[in-house]
Amino acid sequence: MQRYIAIRFAQGLIALLAVTIIVFGLSRLTGDPSTMILGLDATAEDYERLQQRLGLDRPLVVQYGVYMGNVLQGDLGESIKYPELGAGGAVIRRLPATLYLAGVSLLLAIGIGVPLGVLSAVRRDTPFDSSSKVLALLGQSVPNFWMGLMMMWIFAVQLGWLPTSGTGGIKHFIMPAITLGSFQIAAITRLVRSAMLETLDSEYVKLARIKGVSEWKVVWKHCLRNAALTPLTYFGVIAAVTLTGSVTTETVFNWPGTGLLAFQSVLSRDFELIQALVLVFSGIFVFSSFVVDILYAYLDPRIRYASS
Amino acid sequence: MAVELRPAPETTLNKASQAAVRALRLMGMARRLPKFPVFLLLLVLVIPAIFAEVITPYGPLDSPQGIRGRLEPPVFAGGTWQHILGTDLTGRDILTRIIYGSRVSITIAGIGIAIAGTIGVTLGIIAGYYGGLVDSVIMRLVDISLSIPPVLLALTLATVLDPSFRTVIIVVGALLWSIYCRQVRGDTLSVRTQDYISRARVSGASDVRIMLRHVLPNITNTLIVLATLQVGFVILLEAGLSFLGVGLSRPTPAWGLMVADGREVIIRAWWVALWPGLAIMLTVFGFNLLGDWLRDRLDPRLRQL
Repeated sequence: MQRYIAIRFAQGLIALLAVTIIVFGLSRLTGDPSTMILGLDATAEDYERLQQRLGLDRPLVVQYGVYMGNVLQGDLGESIKYPELGAGGAVIRRLPATLYLAGVSLLLAIGIGVPLGVLSAVRRDTPFDSSSKVLALLGQSVPNFWMGLMMMWIFAVQLGWLPTSGTGGIKHFIMPAITLGSFQIAAITRLVRSAMLETLDSEYVKLARIKGVSEWKVVWKHCLRNAALTPLTYFGVIAAVTLTGSVTTETVFNWPGTGLLAFQSVLSRDFELIQALVLVFSGIFVFSSFVVDILYAYLDPRIRYASS
Repeated sequence: MAVELRPAPETTLNKASQAAVRALRLMGMARRLPKFPVFLLLLVLVIPAIFAEVITPYGPLDSPQGIRGRLEPPVFAGGTWQHILGTDLTGRDILTRIIYGSRVSITIAGIGIAIAGTIGVTLGIIAGYYGGLVDSVIMRLVDISLSIPPVLLALTLATVLDPSFRTVIIVVGALLWSIYCRQVRGDTLSVRTQDYISRARVSGASDVRIMLRHVLPNITNTLIVLATLQVGFVILLEAGLSFLGVGLSRPTPAWGLMVADGREVIIRAWWVALWPGLAIMLTVFGFNLLGDWLRDRLDPRLRQL
């Protein structure tokens, strides 16, 4: 187990290192920042002085070293729009709003998706099952920015039940959380359903039934415990979809999180801020898939033993 | 039992008969395709894309009544038969633009998946077939590409490259190749140990020939299922990027861009955003249904989100 953790940790670090190289490479592709900073009437001397000050006259490897050194000290670069905070500070200030929203939408996805998937599997091939299957497939087909807009039009503009955008009370959470969670609800329903179908058919479930365990306990305890492992494997995909969705969802609902920040920084060409966002998100991403893998290996001994 | 090691002679006749058998099999399969998704996709995507000029009286960029004909509601909400689904902010016919938009979606999905598939399949077969160091390096690359959040990669690339068709294709390719690569590598690993592979090797087939003629045909089922399921993903991705302003650029009749246009007038004119979004949803739904059906028939063990 320790060996497994160590290997996965090293793999995560390598991936993150590669991300910094890609991010750094892309930043050098955007062109020479000194020509943007200097005006048209700048002399060659001005240009050289600035190049020296910014370290652009040194070899790329050295520049990358300096960049990495800064990153490791927590300095993620400067931001055009938030000069006093810096890029890292701006990301961190916006992070809680996104995490809240993502958390609520994941809870929503689990709270709706798991029971729906279980009931669907138990009542296989009934009208309930078919309609939940179609609903789940529709949930995976709907563009979430469009769904958000349509909800906004119906529930905020026409009916006036919910606020159109921004943060505030619980009411502000409802539409963004459903928008962000639509794909995940559908995904979890489908995954739980197919995993449940497999376990409902297994030997130990038959044994439990023969033993006279109540149907309720068979389904919700014996089966679900084992079926819950499968969706966990896909947590990486689900986390990616959530982060992806946060950009469009936050843009539609004007939610002041990192997704909106990403959108705004693209509009204002705030490149170092985008870099910082990519880095922070990749970090969260790599870390969460690391935790999931460890959790998975802990819950399913077969993984542990196969890899060591 | 005698083992025939010599490969069958490749006469023209032999090839022709093989092609005929394959065509017949495809036709039989086409007839068994599920009716609803095929009908849906023909209606929303294929027929509009092929016959756009014939169906529509206007061009995708025309405003027939000029600026005075802007934001006309659909026919059932007080509009006229001139513009069945209404007009947008500059007076362009929404139905016409949706019909032309089907071409944009098909093109992006087709080219993007073809590129990602070619790269991913090639690297995946090589990794699975040779194993060892090559395998480790390729799989590390896959890990890395999977650890960058998709939309942020897209946003970064789009700021570096400017929004364009090419950018969207690069983003799609950069995101999807790793998924093919991982799947194909796994399949190759399990095919590699089969008897017919070692027999091919004994009979003197080169590595490239074995990979192309013996491994690839045996993993195509998985690839067909994967590609079908990804069409929907690519269409959604392109729409999302265009909506955010980092995908295709105006005045291309891309569905995502049309929803973005509708967002600005959502309070006054709901129809501008409604129809293109519906087109996206129905198309993606059709491909997801088709992909699910194919998976159940061709490759039941491939479970995907």
